[in-house]
Amino acid sequence: MRACAMATKWPFSRRSPVAELGAQALLAVSVQTADFDVAALQRNLLAGAQAEGAVACFTGYVRAANVGQPVSVMELEHYPGMTESSIVNILEQACGRWPLLAASVVHRVGRLRAGDQIVWVGVASAHREAAFSACEFIMDYLKNEAPFWKREEGPQGSHWVEARAEDSARAARWDGDPSA
Amino acid sequence: MLKVLFFARIKEELACAGLELPWRETIADLDQLQAQLCNDGGTRWREVLTRPNVIRAVNQSVVTGNARLRDGDEVAFFPPVTGG
Repeated sequence: MRACAMATKWPFSRRSPVAELGAQALLAVSVQTADFDVAALQRNLLAGAQAEGAVACFTGYVRAANVGQPVSVMELEHYPGMTESSIVNILEQACGRWPLLAASVVHRVGRLRAGDQIVWVGVASAHREAAFSACEFIMDYLKNEAPFWKREEGPQGSHWVEARAEDSARAARWDGDPSA
Repeated sequence: MLKVLFFARIKEELACAGLELPWRETIADLDQLQAQLCNDGGTRWREVLTRPNVIRAVNQSVVTGNARLRDGDEVAFFPPVTGG
């Protein structure tokens, strides 16, 4: 398993990725009610570095319909503490698979409306292949491991969103292929 | 003391976000704790907590199978996650 790539630009390059949390932006996780600015997040991902040749980002939104039913409001609940630590764990796994320079996740909780941003994943690496793959891996694992739960509201009432087998299958694709 | 937390659908169905139980040897593992909660809570709690898709976590780490508990542990019961 590769260690998380630590370019000399990081002043705490001998610390573990976990030790970097809160001190440097190598790995960063935020669970928040507030909306986020993807341009600012991407700039922060690159702050103080010129080693990156590639940044891949993903933004998830509240769809106006899910499984054929209109959705006006989505309420997101989470398990404070475990949510953050599980996402850090996912970022560390990504760092073990690809030579990443930075990886960040922002995930909103609380009451969101159709069209709102829910989640942002940003990954920086020297080359695009690692950035693309790690971004997808982080998102696939986040959907299966991070303790968030969605409740949708629409004209038909409200209901908890059920976990989808497709999401488990997407995460399982990465199993047994550490060099993917 | 054991801190027990419930989330999402489980919290709603039990009408309970969490509770604390005095530590004792009869709830010294996850299965014992779950059985105690089912006994104390009655039919509804038994029905909700024994569903096959209930996920259990100890000190904020998911546990598959049974696990030893210690005084001061935090145990959580929640449904499959649906974030992202």
